[in-house]
Amino acid sequence: MTSPLQRKLKIHGPTVVTANRLADGVSVWLTAAGGWSETIAEAAVGTTSDEVLRLLDIAHADENTAVGAYSASATLAADGTPQPANLRERIRVSGPTISLPGAA
Amino acid sequence: MPLVKTGAPAADLFVAVADGEPLPDGPVIVSAARLLADGPAVIARNGEIGVAWPNDKDVAELQPFLSRLSLISLAFPKFRDGRAYSQARLLRERYGYKGELRAVGNVLRDQVLMMVRAGFDAFALEKAADVEAFGKAVATYSVFYQPTGDQRPTVRDARTASAATGG
Amino acid sequence: MYVYDEFDRTFLEERVAEFRDQVARRLSGELNEEEFKPLRLMNGVYLQLHAYMLRVCIPYGTLSSQQLRALGAVARKYDRGYGHFTTRQNIQFNWIKLNELPDAMADLAKVGIHGLQTSGNCIRNTTTDPWAGAAADEVEDPRLYAEVIRQWSTLHPEFTYLPRKFKIAITAARHDRAAIRVHDIGLRLHKRDGETGFEVMVGGGLGRSPFIGKTIKDFLPKEHLLSYLEAVLRTYNLGGRRDNIYKARIKIQVHEMGAEAFAQKVEAEWAEIRDGALKLDEAALDAIRDRFQIPDLETLDDQPAELARALATDAAFARWHANSVAPHKTKGHAIVTLSLKPVGAPPGDATADQMDAIADLADRYAYGEIRVAHEQNLTFPYVRQKDLPALWAKLKEIGVATPNVGLITDIISCPGLDYCALANTRSIPIAQKLTERFADEARIADIGRLHVNISGCINACGHHHVGHIGILGVEKKDEEFFQITLGGKGNSKARIGELIGPAVAESEIVDVVESLVDTYLNLRTSPAETFVAAVERLGIEPFKERAYAPR
Ligand code: HEM
Ligand code: SF4
Repeated sequence: MTSPLQRKLKIHGPTVVTANRLADGVSVWLTAAGGWSETIAEAAVGTTSDEVLRLLDIAHADENTAVGAYSASATLAADGTPQPANLRERIRVSGPTISLPGAA
Repeated sequence: MPLVKTGAPAADLFVAVADGEPLPDGPVIVSAARLLADGPAVIARNGEIGVAWPNDKDVAELQPFLSRLSLISLAFPKFRDGRAYSQARLLRERYGYKGELRAVGNVLRDQVLMMVRAGFDAFALEKAADVEAFGKAVATYSVFYQPTGDQRPTVRDARTASAATGG
Repeated sequence: MYVYDEFDRTFLEERVAEFRDQVARRLSGELNEEEFKPLRLMNGVYLQLHAYMLRVCIPYGTLSSQQLRALGAVARKYDRGYGHFTTRQNIQFNWIKLNELPDAMADLAKVGIHGLQTSGNCIRNTTTDPWAGAAADEVEDPRLYAEVIRQWSTLHPEFTYLPRKFKIAITAARHDRAAIRVHDIGLRLHKRDGETGFEVMVGGGLGRSPFIGKTIKDFLPKEHLLSYLEAVLRTYNLGGRRDNIYKARIKIQVHEMGAEAFAQKVEAEWAEIRDGALKLDEAALDAIRDRFQIPDLETLDDQPAELARALATDAAFARWHANSVAPHKTKGHAIVTLSLKPVGAPPGDATADQMDAIADLADRYAYGEIRVAHEQNLTFPYVRQKDLPALWAKLKEIGVATPNVGLITDIISCPGLDYCALANTRSIPIAQKLTERFADEARIADIGRLHVNISGCINACGHHHVGHIGILGVEKKDEEFFQITLGGKGNSKARIGELIGPAVAESEIVDVVESLVDTYLNLRTSPAETFVAAVERLGIEPFKERAYAPR
């Protein structure tokens, strides 16, 4: 494996690492402790390419818990908690933007 | 690469020989290029001959050598690359090749039954654990819909048989 | 419909057992994701944005009431109480858990259904005319051949790891309701000198590079169907591109070789195998034909009194009848389409309660049989005309009698960014807003036949290329934009729509569609000239001008 130093990753501001949990597909975020949380607020935030690459390595090594890990830009709330930065990630956090059949 | 042959673990007696190296005694595997370029010389030697055939080359080119070959290995660079299934069927069903047909590369238990049906009888499995699972893997199904060279009865045969016995 | 025998059932049980073992090996880590993904895909299991999705195969779109109830039960037990019917006559569940999937599949297998080959680079569900066996304009019931193909393609040992997915569609009617020209292989059943055979088209497809299929054989006698398909598939398996996923479909191979050279290669291969084990003699066809239960339709008269009375006295019924009821080949009967496109709802979705209710109605009024149509609606292929008024009342109660079949609000839409991990933009909300804008039933009836197709990315699952109005989502700086094409057609005169200009913002798209429609209403020669006919006559210019004019 190439070391983080030899790899490059373009980062646009604060970045989190997210994936889907293997057993049930639920969206999860990598925490600072190296575990996975169902809430983005608990996600570890990287701000440099190296930090994010390190988080990705941790995530990829845990592919039997969560699959398809990737990095996603985030915005930080006033208290520093990460929030989704674009529509796709907002939908992964909050679910479909439509009311689901049968729910209405 | 543990080898399974006709359903059981087996020792690999063949030695792969790089192009340009002299051919040692005993069973050897040469490249397709060497066989095509040096056919007469390769064939003339005593001892069993195998060829490693790539999956983007027409197996019709093997026809002149088939009666002299003891082994043809067909490649699965990734198990998702399924060209060798067609090559195997052509070799067995069209060109009548009877020797060992070996699957090499990314050969995993979840595909071995398909390979058997296509005509493979030897498997260089990638994972040691798959050797043990081999018997179970080839018995995953008892019902087959398509006629292929492996001569297993198809659903159509079974239906005809059960209609004939009134079953 | 085709009834599974012991062999089909044994096969399915073995399939469920195999998948159960594969899921267990994945959950234990014995299989890694790279190894497992193709295996799960081959069973119809995708991973979407926030859950796994299970695509269940409905062979050539035919369901029994019992099977529909089982789908409803799966929706309730393992999902969130609804399912989504697709353009390929399948159904998808959006919230299923991997660790529960083997149980869900076992439940489905009990009624003879499964997710087998609904994804992955194999031969997919063969689709056909939802009116098969009932259509007044068909030569013969195409489902027999769809079933022959289903059996041949099921776990075909040679064609399970193709360069890319492979879709076959077959029609036997004058009107192509199966979009055969946009499939990898399209088969048109027809007769020549009293003999049944097929026109064979290859290389159609949508996605990033849309192609209309080209005819490589005018008449293939039916006994050679499988050997010829095998020759096409072998030519593709050995020669299709594997270096670039976007160039791996057969359409690219056909395009790069030229249809004629491709046809010659197939012919040469076919010559070697045409008289082999795949030949279909009458006995082989009969063995399958015998397993189709065709309802014994009563002898009835057309236009019974019950129907005539309702038509004369109830304008709402008459509107639905004119829109959603089609002629049947048997006197006194009709084909009824159930619209899954109510105003304001996601196109093609049905709740578990609706599925149960529809199954009950099918038992009572439709010989227990339901079809899934390519436009994401359901069909009852056998209804007595005298039952139509009563059936209509019941369909209305459960919300599947919107008289918009074939009209502007009968929108085909992919799941888009609300579910799909590949999406650029959402598509369902656009469909919802359009149905709300065009909610007036008299207005849409006046607009007439108009297909709006929406895809949330270039993969074109919503068939936007062949929509009369096609809408394709593109993302610009995290904003949703939509490209519009006009004049596409998916039928026997299939054509790819023409882009009218720059993409429009999400906030504008409904207004732009409305101005396209208004342009048509102004310019049509008479109400008999459909939207797409007007586009063909006028070209896109007048539409383009209005669409981009300041409002
Ligand atoms: C949300 C999960 C889905 C995913 C990830 C997905 C993925 C894809 C991809 C990648 C392609 C392009 C393949 C290619 O061009 O080689 C495709 C094509 C297609 N999809 Fe989907 N799809 C999804 C849902 C659907 C649904 C809901 C439908 C039916 C309404 C559908 C119907 C189709 C059809 C008919 C095509 C064929 C277009 C062609 O011929 O190229 N898909 N899909
Ligand atoms: S067209 Fe794109 S967005 Fe829509 S379902 Fe297909 S892959 Fe997803």
